[in-house]
Amino acid sequence: MVNLIIDGKNVTAKEDTAVLEVARATGINIPTLCAHESVSRSGSCRLCVVEIKKGNRTRIVTSCLYTVEEGLIVDTKSERVQNVRRLVMELLLARCPESEVLQKLAKELGVDTQPRFVADSDKGKCILCRSCVRVCEEVVGVNAIGLSGRGSHKTVGPPYNENSDVCIGCGACAYVCPTGHIEMETTENKRKIWGRTFKMQTCAKCGKFFAPVDQLKFISKKTGVPLNELTVCTECR
Amino acid sequence: MTKASDIKLRTKEIVKKYKGDKSALIAVLQDIQGAFNYLPKEALTTAGKALGIPVSRIYEVATFYNAFSLKPRGEHIVKVCMGTACHVRGAAAIQDKMERTLGIMPGETSADKKFTLETVNCVGACALGPVVVIDTEYHGQVTMAKVDKIIGKMKEGAQQS
Amino acid sequence: MIKITDAKALRQIQNEIKENYDPQKKLVTICAGTGCRGYGCIKVKEELEAEIKKQNIDVEVRATGCFGFCEKGPLVVVHPQKIFYQRVKENDVADIVTKTVMQGEVIEKLLYKDPATSETVMKEEDVPFYKKQKRLVFGSNGIIDPTRIESYLAIGGYTALAKALSEMSSEGIIDEIKKAGLRGRGGGGFLAGTKWEGCRKAEGSPKYIIANGDEGDPGAYMDRSLMEGNPHSVVEGMIIGAYAIGASEGYIYVRNEYPLAVIHLTMAIESAREAGLLGKNILGSKFSFDISLNKGGGAFVCGESSALFASIEGRAGEPRAKYVHAVEKGLWDKPTVLNNVETWANVPLIINNGADWYNSIGTEKSKGTKIFSLVGKINNTGLVEVPMGMKLREIVYDIGGGIPNGRKFKAVQTGGPSGGCIPESLLDLPVDFDKLYEVGSMMGSGGMIVMDDRSCMVDVAKYFLAFLQEESCGKCVPCREGVRRMREILEDICAGKGKEGDIDLLEKMSLAIADGSLCALGGSAPNPVLSTLKYFREEYDAHIKDHRCPAGVCKALITYSINADKCTGCGMCIKVCPTQATSGEKKKVHTIDNDKCIRCGACIESCKFDAITVE
Repeated sequence: MVNLIIDGKNVTAKEDTAVLEVARATGINIPTLCAHESVSRSGSCRLCVVEIKKGNRTRIVTSCLYTVEEGLIVDTKSERVQNVRRLVMELLLARCPESEVLQKLAKELGVDTQPRFVADSDKGKCILCRSCVRVCEEVVGVNAIGLSGRGSHKTVGPPYNENSDVCIGCGACAYVCPTGHIEMETTENKRKIWGRTFKMQTCAKCGKFFAPVDQLKFISKKTGVPLNELTVCTECR
Repeated sequence: MTKASDIKLRTKEIVKKYKGDKSALIAVLQDIQGAFNYLPKEALTTAGKALGIPVSRIYEVATFYNAFSLKPRGEHIVKVCMGTACHVRGAAAIQDKMERTLGIMPGETSADKKFTLETVNCVGACALGPVVVIDTEYHGQVTMAKVDKIIGKMKEGAQQS
Repeated sequence: MIKITDAKALRQIQNEIKENYDPQKKLVTICAGTGCRGYGCIKVKEELEAEIKKQNIDVEVRATGCFGFCEKGPLVVVHPQKIFYQRVKENDVADIVTKTVMQGEVIEKLLYKDPATSETVMKEEDVPFYKKQKRLVFGSNGIIDPTRIESYLAIGGYTALAKALSEMSSEGIIDEIKKAGLRGRGGGGFLAGTKWEGCRKAEGSPKYIIANGDEGDPGAYMDRSLMEGNPHSVVEGMIIGAYAIGASEGYIYVRNEYPLAVIHLTMAIESAREAGLLGKNILGSKFSFDISLNKGGGAFVCGESSALFASIEGRAGEPRAKYVHAVEKGLWDKPTVLNNVETWANVPLIINNGADWYNSIGTEKSKGTKIFSLVGKINNTGLVEVPMGMKLREIVYDIGGGIPNGRKFKAVQTGGPSGGCIPESLLDLPVDFDKLYEVGSMMGSGGMIVMDDRSCMVDVAKYFLAFLQEESCGKCVPCREGVRRMREILEDICAGKGKEGDIDLLEKMSLAIADGSLCALGGSAPNPVLSTLKYFREEYDAHIKDHRCPAGVCKALITYSINADKCTGCGMCIKVCPTQATSGEKKKVHTIDNDKCIRCGACIESCKFDAITVE
């Protein structure tokens, strides 16, 4: 266990825990966008920055990745921190002017659009948090989508921006996306995502459509469980 | 156009040269580009299978680095240096001139597939600035008149400095 | 090259090579670095070889690495007299061989002529460009054949390695490097000895050392010339470092854009391996170490350590948060020391001559020498090696020969896209790590881009932002989005669309981007803007308030016109104009239609009478 100070409060926490978790546990709210419980941390949105002081040195770090240390002094609302958060929000609002999630978050943080930044119209609601890529790689293991390009041309999607032939239609990417950028349409017996249409499997017991056939085939291949044992929906199991 | 089967074969040879080492991906891609003048799609899918790397990952690396082109390139690669020293000596004007003369923008290939225009951020020959590198040849102190001369000669079929 | 079994055998081979060396033997060296190749030096070399064969004389022609005076290439030096010839052409060769080599006669027109005194200089060491330099690291570039290990051994190469392995302990070497005060030459300026010690103490195996040859700062090419011209100096430094740290594997990461450096380094590694200087039980010790070479893929960001690691690991070169130091968790999460190639090349010098000798050179906190690339609007473009602490004025004027074409000095940009501009008022600044920081710039890898009164500082800031936007990896919001937006504002300003409040906004954004970015690319991206705002605020004001570009660069804010007093009506400008903006009758004063003019500069270039004015 280590002792540290967050926003003037003395806190004790387990070593190797991120400052973000420790702060939240004491009731301090630190906004995040690219952190999701199901995937590893990337530290790319920079919204969760805090100002830390160790000895004589102060530094701006992302609280999602920086782990607590004995004697650490953390300020989650310093002027430098607020300036970074404000700029990040202004930049994201300009990048994704249609995102309701961003607009709501901006309002909560007291940030307005910066009129000097001409709004983009070709980025959709994607903030490049890359949670979708990470979940497809780390949790699902399919790697159907990835990042491409560099810098301001960076995008997310299937390679060549073509319909992915390895996607299993599980929708994990849409689930973790913080802004709802990834379009997934599930109708009765079909799911449309990343340009492909997936046939949905009916439950052997209750007859409801519950998951794409491709997804179940993938799970069967990965786990060795026969496909016919997987064709029962979670409610009926 | 190279046959898909030839591309697959050559790619497998390249992967074998690097002993199937995943971390040699960039070197593998460099060799593929060396063989075909760009990165054909079949090469990337074959390399993915041979190395055990998902195509989305290979695509990420192939599109991240400037060295790689996913589109077929021209017979001659014309690179205008945009380093600071060249910039201060008027490289921007030379780039504009090159665009007008070749009729293409950086990243594009001429319709007759003879020229691909690219910009490069400093080749380290700053005393010669503005520098244009065509294939492996370095042209220094390039002026607009020189651009006409060099490209003119190339269009006629012989590359000279 | 036979295998060298121990320190004694090494000394023996060095002695043998020295014994076979006749200092009076006729030798002609020619610089064959990438820059001089652009001048056609290879053809000159071939012509030399052909002429010597024709004359049937025993003379060696040796292609060496770049020895720095790039403005005057091709460079040929005739030994043993050390007669220095510059701007040598193929048709000069016959005379060089028959007159100078065979008879010792000097060819005046090929000698360097000092523009100030109009005097010619015969010897290399007397050329003003070289006189004030202290070429400790770079000195051998003009004499050795970089493709042959024997050449390196002949000048005492690998003596430091033998000393380190047979007479010193790993800790002793680290102490010596610490005592010497060697600071990283790649930009960070971090104390090398401290870094090595941290890695030595770290837990984990294997340990790695890496030479960063990804020299990405545009306008800086010191590392290119070092890797091309003296690759063994880097290899030797790395082997000593690996022994000190306890590393068993090393990498040299070279930029994709340096093909000749890749070839020469590969040859050096292979020949060192053949000689038993790399591999198992080096020089009869228990120490084993080998080096692989990795080529970059064309990404400036890969000069950043964690992005470089990612690239070696076969991934996209995206940096990651550095909350754990690379010396503890670097390449493949193992303890790693990453140093610039120039830093490694300093190591054999320190081991051979001692820390006390090393820290007698330089300033209190910046020891040794530094190689700078002096480029841009300067008479003597080239690579210069000077002791830390030399005044900027000396470098620009005494060594660099001042500004060409009678124009006025305006600024020197140092530290690449992470650095800043230094104005005339600060020309007496001693150049060292800390002094450059104090004035809002940094040493960076050593690029020094000189600008004159025809360089627009707002355009320079815009240029760097455009560069960084293109090279940003795109991972974090402040850099990917912030640098892009800053560039857009600068584009507006240069196009006459600047707004009141733009400068305040740029300054505010600068602080947040510097604080919020994930790595130093974004973190230092605002520097060129902040530094040009600090020293050249009036130029920004002119652009924004008066829609004027005082330097005459920003196309939207200038007009071209023909000076009636100078125009002879020759028609050249009409011939070259891509938009038919110029017109006029033969022998009558021409005019430019500014609605059609795109300010491409073709007319200015072609006019022999200097009749076109820019305002």
